[in-house]
Amino acid sequence: MNRFSLHHTALEPQQLIAALRRPDCGGYVTFEGTVRNHNEGRAVRRLEYEAFAPLAVREGERILADACARFGLERAHCAHRVGALDIGAIAVWVGVGAVHRGEAFEACRYIIDHVKHSVPIWKKEYYEDGDSGWVNCEHCAEAPEPQRPAVAHRGQGLI
Amino acid sequence: MSAAELYGLVLAGGRSKRMQRDKAALSYAGKPQLARALELITPLVSRAFVSVRPDQLHDPQRTGYALIADLRPDLGPLAGIEAAQAAYPDRAWLVLACDLPFLQPATLRQLIARRDVNRLATAYRSQFDGQPEPLCAIYEPASREPLRRWIDQDQRCPRAWLAAADTLLLDLPEPRALDNVNTAEEYLAASAALGPDTAAPAVPRQLNIRYFALLREQAGRGAEALRTEARTPQELYAQLQRERGLKLAPQFLRVAVNDEFGDWQQPLRDGDTVAFLPPVAGG
Repeated sequence: MNRFSLHHTALEPQQLIAALRRPDCGGYVTFEGTVRNHNEGRAVRRLEYEAFAPLAVREGERILADACARFGLERAHCAHRVGALDIGAIAVWVGVGAVHRGEAFEACRYIIDHVKHSVPIWKKEYYEDGDSGWVNCEHCAEAPEPQRPAVAHRGQGLI
Repeated sequence: MSAAELYGLVLAGGRSKRMQRDKAALSYAGKPQLARALELITPLVSRAFVSVRPDQLHDPQRTGYALIADLRPDLGPLAGIEAAQAAYPDRAWLVLACDLPFLQPATLRQLIARRDVNRLATAYRSQFDGQPEPLCAIYEPASREPLRRWIDQDQRCPRAWLAAADTLLLDLPEPRALDNVNTAEEYLAASAALGPDTAAPAVPRQLNIRYFALLREQAGRGAEALRTEARTPQELYAQLQRERGLKLAPQFLRVAVNDEFGDWQQPLRDGDTVAFLPPVAGG
């Protein structure tokens, strides 16, 4: 069974790995992503995660199904926190079980890379200096531009 | 001379500086353009590869494909061609940029059909300046040594090499086929031109909007119901930028309709729930 789950309370790796174990698996690889006290040169005090829950679960389970097909895994689970997290807390946990170790290592890396890339979860950092910011979003503002003529296609104005 | 077997190379190692986001991931009608380029080229060649920088080997947008990493940095597209020719020196390479949203299979088929294996390369002539188009062209195995000498002379421009070399130049069957898209504004124009026709009359519809993260803070709310004449997510976002003060540029966002990823140009229906998703940062 593959599962992508969102959690409002602390993740418990012991319980998560226990639920993954099966007699036909010979290798398990797990990954814990934890809250770091600095990012891009700034001291971080705490984090908040926000998710678009139905789409996050759907996209997360697509990634797990992909990984299982690609690496021939028996089991895979990814658990992600939402809400407020302190430094050191586990933000994301990935666990995979496979017959042999090689595919387990590769699959775990594949899952965490893809989860970070496409699952609709957002992270707000609160800094020691009192400032805060949404990771990956703060440089995405529309550049202030002088008035320009609208580009027209099929009679429509564009943004 | 007998024809060398033809392999395909889609270039996806650019830095997308003017677009400010990864060009390979830009999508048209819901499909990332890297995936579209591979779908175009794969049926026409024996094997298809994606050219990447070494730091992109684990990039999720690219890991699903057969990859060839550049051997040298800062060479531009020549780095990708050089690495492919080094990996398979006896193959000819159909080299394709990943950002050609208007390219159709017929243009590639004609290039292959008219390929001259006795010359170093076969390419199209640019509609704009008559110069060779280097990123939709076939490079024969015999081009490897002259290209390497060109690079060793500190040259970086594949167009200039093709112009000086023994290249067969063809006229484009379709004038816009090789127009590329380098800026956010060009992307939105191309996306509208390639999306479904939305020239239907505007009828007000009731939509539910959901806001997340930075957009939720800018809108000052997590959700709302809105009666609007917007026909597509693109029109809706333009309206919300004006009326709700949303400040993120659309090329950084993804669209979701009814809890599934959607497209900027898909027609909206009464009762749809629409969300605009800022760049994600899970993990």
